[in-house]
Amino acid sequence: MQEIIQGVPLQHYIWLSCILFSIGVMGVLYRRNAIIIFMCVELMLNAVNLMLVAFSRYHSATTGSSAQVFVFFIMAVAAAEVAVGLAILMMVYRNTKSTDIDFLNRLKF
Amino acid sequence: MLTQYAFYFLSILAIFSALMVVFSRNPVHSVLYLVVTFFSIAGHYFLMNSQFLAMVHIIVYAGAIMVLFLYVIMMLNLNTDTEPNKSNWVKGAAVVTGGLLMLILVVSTKSADALPVHKEINPNIGLISNLGKVLYNEYMLPFEISSILFLVSMVGAVMLGKKETY
Repeated sequence: MQEIIQGVPLQHYIWLSCILFSIGVMGVLYRRNAIIIFMCVELMLNAVNLMLVAFSRYHSATTGSSAQVFVFFIMAVAAAEVAVGLAILMMVYRNTKSTDIDFLNRLKF
Repeated sequence: MLTQYAFYFLSILAIFSALMVVFSRNPVHSVLYLVVTFFSIAGHYFLMNSQFLAMVHIIVYAGAIMVLFLYVIMMLNLNTDTEPNKSNWVKGAAVVTGGLLMLILVVSTKSADALPVHKEINPNIGLISNLGKVLYNEYMLPFEISSILFLVSMVGAVMLGKKETY
């Protein structure tokens, strides 16, 4: 895959993952549905993964495969996080009959 | 040249569907757009010749996590847009915050490209045989610890999910 490195500079991958990460942050602040907020967190994790893979590809002579193993671990942790998070969300729905995140503002006190 | 066009096509698809995840009213549509985003990111992994990560990404994200999201949305019967709106002020603040964060990230990673890219590139860095050797030699202990993490999260999910009868 020599041609992807000659054709597309690394900077474009960095821009793409920055944009995806910012869209994730914007979604967390924009929506009130807790499930959508979870999905935006997944989007942020994927932006970071994309950047790690791009750096490991463009500097593969010095870094080896470690970055790709890190991405593998991030995926494993994300899967565990989603399982527990959706279970918590089910419990919240059972108690409040809503997934609106603003109903949980009594957690502040 | 073909890979260049593929890169830009996949990037535009990823950004568009990520925006639609945030802005679509129906949660089921959001999940489907997120699946499109994940497939285009998997396409990026294929372009970078990281075949193992691309396959794992499709299987884990589009196959497992998104089905879980869809299952929860269907079970909670959320597939109508019943969500109350945030005020326009908060929405505008969210958009401005996201844009400012993007600006800061782009500017602060501007010098990341200054590292010299080596001309000799190891093309089989992302193949399964190579990754398996690294995973089972250098990262043996984290791999086993992640299995404990899965066990704990499974127990936690079952604990949280069952009815509180005590």
